[in-house]
Amino acid sequence: MTTSSPALELRRVNKWFGAVHANKDISLSVGRGTIHGIIGENGAGKSTLMSIVYGFYQADEGEILVNGSPYQIDNPQASIAAGIGMVHQHFMLVDTFTVLENIILGVEGSARLAGGLEHARAELARLEKEYSLEVDVDAVVGDLPVGIRQRVEILKALYRGAEILILDEPTGVLTPQEADHLFRILNTLREQGKTVILITHKLREIMAITDNVSVMRRGEMVAHVATKDTDREKLAELMVGRSVLLRVEKDDAQPAETVMSMRHVRYLDRDGVSRLKDINLDIKAGEILGIAGVSGNGQSELMEILGGTLRPSEGQIIYKGEDITNSANFNARDLRKIGLGHVPEDRHRSGLVLSFSAYENTILGYHDRPEYNKGTTLDNSSMIAHCEKHIEKFDVRPTDPTLKASGFSGGNQQKLVLAREMEQDPDILLVGQPTRGVDIGAIEFIHQQLIQMRDAGKAILVVSVEIDEVMSLADRIAVMFDGAIVGELDAKDATETKLGLMMAGVKEGVEA
Amino acid sequence: MEYFEIFVLLMDATLRVATPLVLAAMAGMFSERSGIVDIGLEGKMLGAAFAAAAVAYVTGSAWLGLLGGIAVSMALSGLHAYACVTHNGNQVVSGMAINIVVAGLTPTLAFAWFRQGGQTPALTGDDRFSSLTLPFAEAVRDIPVIGYTYAELISGHNILVYIAAAAVPICAYILYRTRFGLRVRAVGENPHAVDTAGIVVSHLRYQALMVTGFLCGIAGSYLSTAHGAAFIRDMTAGKGYLALAALIFGKWRPVPTMFACLLFAFTDALQARLQGVDLPLVGAIPVQFIQALPYVLTVLLLAGFVGKAIPPKAIGEPYIKER
Repeated sequence: MTTSSPALELRRVNKWFGAVHANKDISLSVGRGTIHGIIGENGAGKSTLMSIVYGFYQADEGEILVNGSPYQIDNPQASIAAGIGMVHQHFMLVDTFTVLENIILGVEGSARLAGGLEHARAELARLEKEYSLEVDVDAVVGDLPVGIRQRVEILKALYRGAEILILDEPTGVLTPQEADHLFRILNTLREQGKTVILITHKLREIMAITDNVSVMRRGEMVAHVATKDTDREKLAELMVGRSVLLRVEKDDAQPAETVMSMRHVRYLDRDGVSRLKDINLDIKAGEILGIAGVSGNGQSELMEILGGTLRPSEGQIIYKGEDITNSANFNARDLRKIGLGHVPEDRHRSGLVLSFSAYENTILGYHDRPEYNKGTTLDNSSMIAHCEKHIEKFDVRPTDPTLKASGFSGGNQQKLVLAREMEQDPDILLVGQPTRGVDIGAIEFIHQQLIQMRDAGKAILVVSVEIDEVMSLADRIAVMFDGAIVGELDAKDATETKLGLMMAGVKEGVEA
Repeated sequence: MEYFEIFVLLMDATLRVATPLVLAAMAGMFSERSGIVDIGLEGKMLGAAFAAAAVAYVTGSAWLGLLGGIAVSMALSGLHAYACVTHNGNQVVSGMAINIVVAGLTPTLAFAWFRQGGQTPALTGDDRFSSLTLPFAEAVRDIPVIGYTYAELISGHNILVYIAAAAVPICAYILYRTRFGLRVRAVGENPHAVDTAGIVVSHLRYQALMVTGFLCGIAGSYLSTAHGAAFIRDMTAGKGYLALAALIFGKWRPVPTMFACLLFAFTDALQARLQGVDLPLVGAIPVQFIQALPYVLTVLLLAGFVGKAIPPKAIGEPYIKER
């Protein structure tokens, strides 16, 4: 389908943020009417590169060519004029506006709205038909599910006359079924001659839909290949720079006694909205229990209740055979003392104090232990010594315990939190999103550590929105939807389709 | 006097008190809908009141005074924009700073220029806005109810009262039916969406704050050149804050906000009338208690009866492009 000149071409693009060289000499050529994948780990520079193409940042050096002619793109308006549309990872929509208002924002046509709205309504009806993107244009965006909001974003780009559509991590918030629907839409776009650039760190998506793929690593473009000539393993190796194990190697679990359980737990939030509905769970020693689900379906509340930072509105929490729901010990501090480790879902908000140094962060929650104290003051040299041990054992880089937590990359921050919780040798470990924003190399390491802990007879609960992660890590999987457990199944019986349906709230007859 | 006449006179007073509140609340609406907290309404009004009285006295024209008031208010609004939009400063601090600076500067300048103890000289004749008598007002006065209401309540106000009345539908139209309004509402909810749609966030917020300055200027000028006849130290007496409260009570929407202003103004008019009056059962209430009535009502309304007031989502946060 390609004609003489590519739809989008980048020549030796360079971008610095201060001393950080975010994009090094990037060259890229995207053929018209193709779906081109750009893959790389977090922080490899994919989003920066696309922000340059969309005019959000300006490249310090280099050229951008659209359909063979050079363009000066220094703001989003110039990019829109060049026929480039972008669907951002976090949707750029106004929740209180209708679909129609969102779409015309910035291209209203005239000072009065009425005319522009009517014109848009007619034009959208045509676009919806052409690309089979059904959306109720009078619906308020805040009421729509994420899958539909994404369609609104795509329509927004098409309405502005986009010929090249860039999607930044589009499936992060979607169920597998919604992702499949998105891929069908992208296929239709390709058939209609549009060019699609898909930015992702998920190998599965690259293999499923793209024609060509470019791999980025540490700000550089390391390979351009046709998708049909490559496979997941080769791409993963290119992304990381060494061979990695994509699947966790592990033996069968040896589940023993139940360490912690929830009985008929309900939780109402401050507005009286029911966030957890009759949750029953058993977390057993020597087993990893995985909680799958699209984010925002009650997983966070579940974690917070088990971690002792929220109290259930109804129901019991049983720890080592004892009902602790109404005990004075039911708080984050005392639970830690009786052997519960908690790696919070959001390490920036609740896992770390980013402006504290690494050694201060590695004692948070355990700061009143005698080994860290010297009389009434903290014992800095002992704290630093402990931190150095963690850093060595968990291969944290850089190896400086006095560096501020914000100075570490996502993967290394996560290792610091994990080290802190695991090294206290808890009987039960709660882990929220173990590898969110963590690069592939570190993912492998973190997964191995969790398996080792399981094999040492500890109980582990893993909450993750990454379906692949839950499937490969967990021994037993519970799926949450709308505050309830839709079903529980053995990880061996789990397939992506089965879990996907459950994540969308479809009850299946599989109970463990 | 008949109860009906008392009621009409009470409403008449309500309109006079409500005028600056309505104008300031509409002003605040543009700022806050664009995502900028405007606690500086008070200072802008006070600055405008001083400038209007000073210019009107020197030039002998109330209209030039109004222009002076608007200019000062817009300049202060520009200062607020410079601090909060250009330099991503804290919006509450910037607003409070404006209030404090203006409260100190106005009596100082008044003293330096006019030597009358921090006031401007009294305005007379064309120096201030006088009452307008609408057509046929006197002719229909004797018609019961309708005629009397027209002559007493509708007619006989100065031009700025009518401007305030017109401001509400005009602001509502601009906010909901024009491109500018759509963009202002969008930038207060999600400035990232506005930026990616190819609109420059800072320009838009500057524009919204200029509208705020303009309306606030009229509100301040009304106080010293229409309602009163001179600038007096601290003559806004919390009206800017009251307008802000009305804006929240009205959930940042023009018409409900106007009604909130009318309610606050009504309690104010009522307290003026209740002073020294023997009430059944309780007798005469000390004047201080009655004067506190509008403020007590404000606190009660804001604490309990607003329902869920959802502010513009991005309010108070400077827009910084993330990496």
